[in-house]
Amino acid sequence: MMLYGLLLAASLSTADGFSLSQSCPPSFELVAGNQCKLVSRYDMYDSLQNKGVGGTQTALPERRDGFSPQQIDLGRYLFFDPLLSGNHQQACASCHQPARGFADGKALSSGANGQLGNRSAPSLWNVGFLKKLFWDGRSDTLEQQALIPMLAEHEMANTPAKLLADLQANNHYPALFRQAFNTDRIELPQVATALAAFQSSLVSLNSRYDHYAHGYHQALTEQEIKGMNVFRSFVARCAECHTPPLFTNQQIAVIGTPEPDGMPFDAGAGVKPGWEKLRGGFKVPTLRNIALTAPYMHSGRFATLGEATEFYSKGRGHAVPANEDLLLHWHIWEPKLTAEEVEQITAFLGSLTDQSLTPQTPKRLPSGLALPSELHTELPPNTATSGATE
Amino acid sequence: MKKTTIALALLLPVAFIAGQYFSGTAQQAPSLAADVSFSGGAAASNNAKKSVIDHGEVGQVHQVKPGQLIMDAVKAAQPGDVIQVFPGDYVETVYIDKDNIRLSGVIIDGKRPRLYGENRLNDAILYSGNNILIENFLITKYKGNGIMGQAGNNFEIRHNIIEDTGVYGIFPQLGINGLVEHNVISGIEDAAIYVGMSDHIHVANNEVFDSVAGIEIENSRHAVVENNFVHNNTGGILAFVTPGLPIKDTVDVIIRNNWISNNNTANFGAPGSMVAGIPAGTGILIMAADEVIIEDNIIIGNKTAGIIITDHQNAPNTTLDPESDPTPDKVMILNNLMYNNGYDTIAEAKVLMATELKQGQPDIIRVGNSNNSCINNPQQYITVGVSKWPACSFTNTDSVLNYLLDEPAAPRTVAAEEKGKYVYLGVCTGCHAYTGRLIGPPVQVIQSLYMDEPQALADYILNPLKKRDDYPAMPKQDYLDAETRLAVAEYMLNVGN
Repeated sequence: MMLYGLLLAASLSTADGFSLSQSCPPSFELVAGNQCKLVSRYDMYDSLQNKGVGGTQTALPERRDGFSPQQIDLGRYLFFDPLLSGNHQQACASCHQPARGFADGKALSSGANGQLGNRSAPSLWNVGFLKKLFWDGRSDTLEQQALIPMLAEHEMANTPAKLLADLQANNHYPALFRQAFNTDRIELPQVATALAAFQSSLVSLNSRYDHYAHGYHQALTEQEIKGMNVFRSFVARCAECHTPPLFTNQQIAVIGTPEPDGMPFDAGAGVKPGWEKLRGGFKVPTLRNIALTAPYMHSGRFATLGEATEFYSKGRGHAVPANEDLLLHWHIWEPKLTAEEVEQITAFLGSLTDQSLTPQTPKRLPSGLALPSELHTELPPNTATSGATE
Repeated sequence: MKKTTIALALLLPVAFIAGQYFSGTAQQAPSLAADVSFSGGAAASNNAKKSVIDHGEVGQVHQVKPGQLIMDAVKAAQPGDVIQVFPGDYVETVYIDKDNIRLSGVIIDGKRPRLYGENRLNDAILYSGNNILIENFLITKYKGNGIMGQAGNNFEIRHNIIEDTGVYGIFPQLGINGLVEHNVISGIEDAAIYVGMSDHIHVANNEVFDSVAGIEIENSRHAVVENNFVHNNTGGILAFVTPGLPIKDTVDVIIRNNWISNNNTANFGAPGSMVAGIPAGTGILIMAADEVIIEDNIIIGNKTAGIIITDHQNAPNTTLDPESDPTPDKVMILNNLMYNNGYDTIAEAKVLMATELKQGQPDIIRVGNSNNSCINNPQQYITVGVSKWPACSFTNTDSVLNYLLDEPAAPRTVAAEEKGKYVYLGVCTGCHAYTGRLIGPPVQVIQSLYMDEPQALADYILNPLKKRDDYPAMPKQDYLDAETRLAVAEYMLNVGN
């Protein structure tokens, strides 16, 4: 019996062996030191004070890159592997599904043990550019962020000891960590680094909007261009916070969206001591691939982009609970957008979709566990099509 | 005496008819000749027309006449072109997402082209290109902004009249090296001229009135605001840091030789906006901005105060931004003519004055912290909060002609090879791995097929044919221009792994 087990293990590691990619993911260039550096057409431009906010032809902000191909690929396996949750039921990708814009399509996400969370899973597209993570901006680095849901009771509900023991005892992970980190002992920071490395590769910068921005003005329909002009107009003022090229200025904004029925008020960033003025504030999210990630806002209160857009037109503070005195953002006012303008904005937001660099979901996982069922959805076909269909 | 009258009477009808004749038949646009100076001397005076655009050779001139759309000309224009818009009404939003365009109103018989928003359209002119010049328009009845720039560098906005138009009259944002001169702006519910998150800016010789704020320099650096007539607003000239923006400071602003009078209009700013907190009757407001010099202004008849200096903690409507310094440091007040300010000041100012055992009508009020600030000849003003400021180490800013760049901010020049690399990595590698199958065939295979024929490959990606049964058809890459298509083809054929 024991002999049989050993033989089986040996055959697995040879016939079913895993090895990590030695190439960088698409859009990354392998440079000296085995580092993958992002290259994009936005490298043609500059931006004021290197802040990465501006107009159509503005450089991107500083990004996290420079991870090795092996770290990125290991991160990919870890990201999809339910071994990372306490009960081996849930992977990072369960709430950040490639087929759903790296979100989960739910208003509120649920954890490995079925507990309902209190916020909506944010999309991970272009997350490597973000200086603050989580809806309330409480983490400064991808590495710091990565471990928090994994160890949170209502999310993946794991413990560091169990996670490391599971990985170390696995048939494949010790060898994979050796390839990525040249280590014999798996440690928590390596897990975080690998997950950060993989997430830094989730880049979406080749939408039809981008074709327009780089100078091909036929890329957008008349309707979408009208929407773009409403979007950046000083009536709607969307672009003041959802600023190109990433469609976020990465600030915390108090906008006063309503919670779903029955949910208590979420103070967001305002719970941090000294940040009381930001009560009810959340990080401005990117709008890239936004058409894929309904429902919207921190608690998924709005089912469609149209509803989310209309919120801004319904009056400053209209949904703020009577007992809350929030310092609402100055751009929250009463633009009185027409129904036509809301449709135009929605059409424009659809032009921000680009999943051409979606990484491959592993067909088999090093843990031997099955891919969680929610990840069996087929990815929509490559959407980096050119030209508008009028 | 009598003779002269007769002669005039005889001449007038002739002149009138002649004028009609010429305007009726020859509505000619002005030529774009170079300026000629009076004495021919080489030295430029302060009055020399500044330019931040290297116009180079003038391209095509597109003429737009009533009944036509300005936007059609913009769509047809190439960088370097001039769009001349003739007098008449134009009801549209003009957006310029290309570089080097001169959008020039033609004034004939005192009539200029009017951009008319019908209280229905959002913004009159939006631009995101570099080297944009906008001149000689009358803009009215838009709901958003008159002229709004988003990250365009080297802009010139001049000789426009903007009336009763929404939130901001002229609003360049996130740009470098810009000129806002000789505009007349009124009836704006936020700032008539609002320079937001921009560097190296010159705002001069404008008249701004009947607005909530006259001129606002916000989260910007290296700006000169001079020779403007700023009257009958709620607040005259503002140098601000607004917290919660991606650019965090305002530094190095000179406010000089402006006429800032009677800015006592009741505040009609939108609730929650920063300017909604400005007390009516404020001449100059410095909030959290650093290194602001106030020199030789005429500041009269502003009922709350001539100059208010405040930090964020003492200002209404300010949010929190841990990355913004809330304190106005190094404020430098030189000689100014201040008279009859503060005659109906706010209660807070009176309380502050009482703490210094002062009374009267305050010219200058400072609240909250301010470090390393200075004031010359303070005895001439009625002040509160600045009695401990030392004298400044200088008396004028004559050495600073302006803060514009010596050369226009250059677009980043990108070699064709680099462009090819950006597209190869940013686009092609999404479907083509060097070896092995991704979505399309491997780059190695493509290299063997096209080896010495980059143009053939460039042509193929413009209009791909389905070649292989076992691969999906390639989408057209028609959004890449011809130069870029060839560059990426060359790059792809030479790339190794």
